[in-house]
Amino acid sequence: MAKKLMKGSEAIGEAAIQAGCRYFFGYPITPQNEIPEYMSRRLPQEGGCFLQAESEVAAINMVYGAAGSGARVMTSSSSPGISLKQEGISYIACAEIPCVIVNMMRVGPGLGGIQPAQGDYFQATKGGGHGDYHLVVLAPSTVQEAANMVMEGFDIADTYRIPVMVLGDGMIGQIMEPVEFVPPKKREVPPKTWAATGWSDKSRPRAILNSLYIEPEEMKVVMDRLLERYELIKKNETRVEEFMTEDAEYIIAAYGTTARIAKSAITKARAQGIKVGLIRPITVWPFPYEAYSKAADRVKGFLDIELSTGQMVEDVRLAVAGKKPVEFYGKLGGFVPSADEILEQIKKMAEVK
Amino acid sequence: MAVVFEKTKMLTDVPFHYCPGCTHGIAHRLLAEAIEELGKEDEAIGVAPVGCAVFAYNYFNCDMMEAAHGRAPAVATGIKRVHPDKLVFTYQGDGDLASIGTAEIIHAAARGEKITTIFINNAIYGMTGGQMAPTTLEGQVTTTSPYGRKKEHCGLPIKMSEIIATLDGAAYVERVSMHDVPNIIKAKNAIKKALQYQIAGKGFSFIELLSTCPTNWGMTPADALEWLKDNMIPYYPLGVKKEVEL
Repeated sequence: MAKKLMKGSEAIGEAAIQAGCRYFFGYPITPQNEIPEYMSRRLPQEGGCFLQAESEVAAINMVYGAAGSGARVMTSSSSPGISLKQEGISYIACAEIPCVIVNMMRVGPGLGGIQPAQGDYFQATKGGGHGDYHLVVLAPSTVQEAANMVMEGFDIADTYRIPVMVLGDGMIGQIMEPVEFVPPKKREVPPKTWAATGWSDKSRPRAILNSLYIEPEEMKVVMDRLLERYELIKKNETRVEEFMTEDAEYIIAAYGTTARIAKSAITKARAQGIKVGLIRPITVWPFPYEAYSKAADRVKGFLDIELSTGQMVEDVRLAVAGKKPVEFYGKLGGFVPSADEILEQIKKMAEVK
Repeated sequence: MAVVFEKTKMLTDVPFHYCPGCTHGIAHRLLAEAIEELGKEDEAIGVAPVGCAVFAYNYFNCDMMEAAHGRAPAVATGIKRVHPDKLVFTYQGDGDLASIGTAEIIHAAARGEKITTIFINNAIYGMTGGQMAPTTLEGQVTTTSPYGRKKEHCGLPIKMSEIIATLDGAAYVERVSMHDVPNIIKAKNAIKKALQYQIAGKGFSFIELLSTCPTNWGMTPADALEWLKDNMIPYYPLGVKKEVEL
């Protein structure tokens, strides 16, 4: 398929359709409205259903119902809306129902603003809703990667019966880039024999999609199963990009839009003789701890850059385990740092005058 | 020996966990029988609420999903949009439907979602131990209205059937009562009719069942039925509130 110039949000919508998603439930919130708008236009053309819910709370529960019925389903929102979806996400995680949830992060807390930010890292990677669960969280740094992640996200979700979150930011949603829709590497996706489809096929057990287990013995079975699955996902799905790290003396830790700008800064720094590289988590859960801990044995220090007051930096520090200094630079308020600004921070870390 | 009565196949053999005298068990049976009589056993998909009927997925012998508190109509919407040819129902209590889930029920009805909601109104939160519900009557004593519900403090009970009936998407809305046999027979007919409206694709159908909670009302089952008749029916008048042509 030829490359097409598309806005990030629209590419995400098209990627979902290409992946076989035929149901979308959402609620308007800036800066991701182009996703539901695109789906409202495209899904009827594909014989699917777009429905604007009465709230994010309802939208995620419609996802629960539709995905529990065996369909590929997506919803999208931005930070305050994702907070409202957390109850449903927790239920979906416990009921082991696959779906894809897109968060185009905006600056916060509270109603915050509509500019890009990365303040939902904790929420996305450490739970978000109540209880003891994880989502697979994919963090795109380009429009192409966002499209790829949505397409593969459905396969990951179906493989492990887990909700997958694509954690972008306002920037990824709003920029336009050339994109092509390439199916991901084929996986053995298990059939959805657990789905509620009407019990006409009596050769399967009656479908009960549930997150209530009053007996501790039964709850434990579910939680043991989830834990086992999370360990399998850590083993199989952890992804990271290393950029110019072979000879690097300093490592930048960044994801999404920030990582992309950091690459430009690294190229500039290299031109000035500073040996710096980037370790970019592609999956922020599972987090690529090993890439950072290995680097800690050979580099002089780390600089974590985020559009937040410092969230992913905690995971970087956990990986580096005190072996080397980990500095932090946070760009707040909805501003995005320029490459030169990051270059200044690199120079400061490398003590280049 | 000739078989003169058989339990509906739409109910499993799992014993109900409900308190003695509670009307949930009868309501379950009415809905299950109605589904079976319509020949839809293999096509039904139900959504259980949070509340006393939270374990409904153990009892209804069809594919079931358990929803978060109040969200059953949204979950049912998702199911029905994927499976428009299936018979989709929610079974919800008054805390679930008339309090935390008001947005979901109103909008499912407004959209004319082709699902059927069975609404159990027993004027109290049962599962959590007898707190005040939006449907609790004026003056009624509960664990969170120990001096009786006062209008000036928290208003008067909400009449869901009348509210739903104002919405264009609602095709059939009826309030029935569980306090005696003639009314239980009427309730069964109402449920069956509501399901027929869904099968005919007419829109949203809603049956409110006035029910008892002897445990949390602090009454014998027989007294509870009397109390329902004498106190609930005057405030929650029975009958069809909305009926489009079938």
